[in-house]
Amino acid sequence: MVTFTLNGKDIAFDGDPDTPLLWVIRDEAGLTGTKYGCGIAQCGACTVHLDGMPRRSCVTPVSTVEGSDVVTIEGVSGAEAAAVQAAWIGLDVPQCGYCQSGQIMSAVALLQLVPKPSDADIDNAMAGNICRCATYVRIRRAIHDAAATLEG
Amino acid sequence: MMQQRAFALAALAAAVLAVPAAAAELEPLSSFDTITDEAARSVALFTEAGKVIEHPRCLNCHPVDNVPTQGMDMHPHEPPVVRGEADMGAAGMMCTTCHGPENVRVVAQADTLTSIPGSATWHLAPISMAWAGKSLGEICTQIKDPERNGGMSLDDIVEHMSHDDLVGWGWEPGEGREPVPGTQAEFGALISAWVETGAHCPQ
Amino acid sequence: MTMQTSRRAFLSGLGLVIGVALAPRGFAADALERGDLAGAPGVPAFNAFVRVATDGTVTVLSKHIEFGQGPYTGLATLVAEELDADWAQVRAAAAPADDKIYANLLFGIQGTGGSTAIANSYEQMRKAGATARAMLVAAAAETWGVPASEITVVKGRIAHAASGKESGFGELADLAATMPAPENPVLKDPADFVLIGTDLPKLDTVAKSTGRAVFTIDVQAEDMLVAMVAHPAHFGATVKSVDDAAARAVPGVLDVKTLPQGVAVYAENTWAALKGRAALAVDWDLSKAETRSSQQIEADYRALFAEAGHEAKKAGDVDAAFAGAGLTVIEREIVFPYLAHAPMEPLDAVLMKNADGSIDCFNGAQFPGQDRAAIAEVCGVDLSQVRINTQFAGGSFGRRAQFGSPYIREAAAVFAASGMARPVKHLWTREDDIRGGFYRPTYLHNLKGALDKDGNIVAWRQHIVGQSLMKKGEFDESTVEGAADLPYGIPNLRVTATATDLPIPVLWWRSVGHTHTGFAVESFVDELLQAGGKDPVEGRLALLGDKNPRHAGVLTRVAELADWGGPIPDGRQRGVALHKSFNTYVAEIAEVSIEGGKPRVHKVWVAVDCGQPVNPNVIRAQMEGGVGYGLGAILFDQVSLGDGGKIVQSNFHDYRSLRIHEMPEVEVAVIPSREAPTGVGEPGVPPIGPAVGNAWRRLTGQPVRRLPLSSAELA
Repeated sequence: MVTFTLNGKDIAFDGDPDTPLLWVIRDEAGLTGTKYGCGIAQCGACTVHLDGMPRRSCVTPVSTVEGSDVVTIEGVSGAEAAAVQAAWIGLDVPQCGYCQSGQIMSAVALLQLVPKPSDADIDNAMAGNICRCATYVRIRRAIHDAAATLEG
Repeated sequence: MMQQRAFALAALAAAVLAVPAAAAELEPLSSFDTITDEAARSVALFTEAGKVIEHPRCLNCHPVDNVPTQGMDMHPHEPPVVRGEADMGAAGMMCTTCHGPENVRVVAQADTLTSIPGSATWHLAPISMAWAGKSLGEICTQIKDPERNGGMSLDDIVEHMSHDDLVGWGWEPGEGREPVPGTQAEFGALISAWVETGAHCPQ
Repeated sequence: MTMQTSRRAFLSGLGLVIGVALAPRGFAADALERGDLAGAPGVPAFNAFVRVATDGTVTVLSKHIEFGQGPYTGLATLVAEELDADWAQVRAAAAPADDKIYANLLFGIQGTGGSTAIANSYEQMRKAGATARAMLVAAAAETWGVPASEITVVKGRIAHAASGKESGFGELADLAATMPAPENPVLKDPADFVLIGTDLPKLDTVAKSTGRAVFTIDVQAEDMLVAMVAHPAHFGATVKSVDDAAARAVPGVLDVKTLPQGVAVYAENTWAALKGRAALAVDWDLSKAETRSSQQIEADYRALFAEAGHEAKKAGDVDAAFAGAGLTVIEREIVFPYLAHAPMEPLDAVLMKNADGSIDCFNGAQFPGQDRAAIAEVCGVDLSQVRINTQFAGGSFGRRAQFGSPYIREAAAVFAASGMARPVKHLWTREDDIRGGFYRPTYLHNLKGALDKDGNIVAWRQHIVGQSLMKKGEFDESTVEGAADLPYGIPNLRVTATATDLPIPVLWWRSVGHTHTGFAVESFVDELLQAGGKDPVEGRLALLGDKNPRHAGVLTRVAELADWGGPIPDGRQRGVALHKSFNTYVAEIAEVSIEGGKPRVHKVWVAVDCGQPVNPNVIRAQMEGGVGYGLGAILFDQVSLGDGGKIVQSNFHDYRSLRIHEMPEVEVAVIPSREAPTGVGEPGVPPIGPAVGNAWRRLTGQPVRRLPLSSAELA
């Protein structure tokens, strides 16, 4: 039995402890905002926050999150999340939209650590999130916009 | 001809395949006894330990720049990552974004990437401990230099090489990766003997 | 909220509708936001495309799938314009599958592709909006007892000034839906447009920025199985035998079946399906498989240049022209690799059989009618018993548009073999996607050009060897589109093509034939211009003459935007390319330097003429995305076959995608126009490759002879 919190709710999972967190979140908890894209930590579509830090859930056995707090796109909150999502909406960042939960989770984590990121900071933090629609121009702009909002 | 799909291979034999074929070996300490000159023996011991130190498995995370490498061909890490201020990756994409406390086997995915390596303290060696591209002599001198080795004494180095978990990962690098030669105990013994013989460095 | 537990209670996306997850086994799910079913039965329908709910919400049913190119927003804009709706009241949802009512007017069946969504819907959707407006006005006139001609509609408010009467749409919706629909409603003069041509926010943005948008992979049905199929690593291989004992021993694995497409594993959840599939030991029969390596295929193709090829275009006398005296002759070969589309969402589908024997399929369908027919055939039910519920798709780039629906045939075969007692989600992994074929074919181009002593291009010979997308016998226009219709005034020109046949399945890939013809033509013309001492922009304008004003228009505009001829930072060069595809004209300039021996693209300027711009925000987004998609492909991408024909690449670690640090700045100018609107999903792609390649040639002196650039001999 693995216990952890998912978006603040207590979770007890008694299935295969090797199950990647991604599939527990999607198949068992029914939260489908977190996406499968590659299964090998190459694309970032499955990014969640594990104890406040970004984590690729596709390569995270659920057994390793015992006692942790897991936050998904459905539960992400706070000033950074609000600013990022508002900026995303303001710039119409998404195209197909499939990768955007992961992009947003990475962007929120970046802003929580670096309130006013440079272009290089954005490159370094976001290089693990693939967008096949190549919405990168707007992702970059949206992160700068969100930083400006947070600065007030 | 038997043609197995990648994932079939990966799976059936998961546990068995954890250590790829013929791991290279380290010469036992006794084989250095014939070298009578202590300094020469010391150099030979370190040179033997160099089979581990200069193995891509170790060099990959001791880069001279800010980008770790991967694989026996030491290609740049994919996805692209950077050292970061604390050698733990960039803010927002740390080493721990993908690397957990242990190796994670990847099931039914790429046949050329069958596990994600992990260790409790997964991180890059500080730039002062960069090895990639340097001669074994340079590496040796650097390892002894407290200015560059994190303030370690020679005894600390023996302890570190013999028992550190992240060093030890080199012998258990996860499915699909060639381990460094020998065992950590053998490697630690070589380093210990090297120190005992005066810690002389190759030229 | 009550959690339904019947089989029909599933989480699905009907357009922008947000579903609700089933009560999961084990613990409670977060309650997701649930909207009313837009377009659901009971909501007043004005025609096949427009619903107006009693709360005033206008729902436009999109006959085109939404996977990022913006048809939901674009089609809804066309309706809203003529309806005089307020944009805030407008929603979009997927239309059901119907090859007649929802036909693409350029295809004759329902289908999304070829950058046609706006082009074929422009009049149709405006008429749908104008019809609905007339019905609302008629309802107001009857209710208020005033002449319809005195009623105005502005931003969702219906008003009669003289009597002071005013209403929203909702109050009149029920009555309006019963009013006769005018046959030929009058459409607005474009000068009166208030929504068309403006940067309206996209309708799907909020759902896609909050994790609430539902894709096929997110559809969850009660009691649903997850199925995965083990596929061969060689094209054309079939199952010889399978040992499934270990797979069946995996907890959660329920069954294993051998199908024509491979070996299917059925499981209670995705993880068990993955583990089960990994545990299969399959012996593949390679007797009919492609066992040549990419290098062998390339050599075999090269030998075909000796053949005459099928003549696609002829002007003047090429042979005589090349025989002329005092010419400079340049010959080039360019090798193009197989390319996977690699949409972020791998292919997937959910199928379920209902108590009445009908089948529901939830998938991202570019050709829903084709998918529907495939399911009926494979599952052995009447066509009328199959419903397609089109979901958001996580990208496609052409991958989800397949005549005969091979993917859905696999999903249906998986479902049929299961006995159809429980719903089945059939899911591909990224490896299935990269190794699944249906690639942009590999092509070899041989180009030969001649310049006279004044540097004028006097002869052009181009021979293209590669697979036909349409499998149309000896000649397929899509092999030569973008080459045979060269806009440049070259007096002696011959373009030929030789079709090859091999068991690697191929498909259109974002911009189809233009993916390679655009590169070959724009690279070679640029090289010839340089050899002839001409400026890339001025030289092209001279070759275009006065018969190609829209080509010249975008080229002139992009040169102005980029300050062509102005100063360039040290170590950088600029390349130009111009290409028309899908009746849209795009010119791009790329500024490039050498970084680590490879091209580093700093900035791209784009000018696009797509006729009347419907939503410039979406147009700019598609140019940005087209640049990024095309750039990733020319820099990194190839699917190659190793010795013995085994596919080499398998996932994003070796089939590289462009990443954010490799994305150039992009500046887009949209040409104002009243011409009929044309598509923007694909036309941004073709020029980026040659624009970068041309800059690269100027940086290094080396023309690009092979793609991707990362595989080539670089500086």
